[in-house]
Amino acid sequence: MCLATRGVAKYFGNVNAVLTIDSSIVRAIVAHARRDHPDEACGVVAGPIGSDVPARHIPMDNAARSMTFYEFDSMEHLRVWREMDDKDEEPVVIYHSHTATEAYPSRTDISFAGEPNAHYLLVSTREPDSEEIRSFRILDGVVTEEEVNIVDATVKS
Amino acid sequence: MAIEVRVPTILRNYTGGSKIVEGAGDSLSALIDDLDTKHKGIKGRLITPEGGLHRFVNIYVNDEDVRFLGALDAKLNDGDSITILPAVAGGALGFAAAAALLGR
Repeated sequence: MCLATRGVAKYFGNVNAVLTIDSSIVRAIVAHARRDHPDEACGVVAGPIGSDVPARHIPMDNAARSMTFYEFDSMEHLRVWREMDDKDEEPVVIYHSHTATEAYPSRTDISFAGEPNAHYLLVSTREPDSEEIRSFRILDGVVTEEEVNIVDATVKS
Repeated sequence: MAIEVRVPTILRNYTGGSKIVEGAGDSLSALIDDLDTKHKGIKGRLITPEGGLHRFVNIYVNDEDVRFLGALDAKLNDGDSITILPAVAGGALGFAAAAALLGR
């Protein structure tokens, strides 16, 4: 698996243009994307409100079941968002896969991006034996790429 | 007649940061008109210039997606709870094709 930069857990808590995320969650996201390939896969990683720590991986159904489009099922969306509310969580990461193109937000991704606090993580599964993993902030139509800092919980001090 | 409306982060600049606001109306469109008098501009984020429900948002009455309840004509009752969520969608497909696919 091709991962982005490796770091240590002291950088947990994403203050600047960086997404810090546990390697086990990244592996679970990649496994989900591979499982659904060639359709696009999508999901959320929830974390405590204000913490900016992605902690709970929630794979979502792609209601569109398409190779070029994804959409949360509206009822699952409501259920998961309510559950996060009850647990004082928010969507820290919203991810989806591109299965034939690069891991960069499309115009469609940018138009729909409606969670200003979320890191938009994209995984490209177009190569059979490696994944491109990139993360972006999308605010008012403006895309800003950020570093992905993958950490191991086992080394968390 | 009070209806609780849960507002997503992206629309809270219209509600002074409030996560929950109250509104009134016997249908979704009446409620949105009422919300717009108190939170100027919010209607434009929910309804298209053509007068339909915006494709970028999901609106729920209690536990039901309003698209299954008659959309803007959905009947509301005192004590109903409305949840607005920005739709989570996207993908490699071009925007025009995606919009057509959604058929909204």
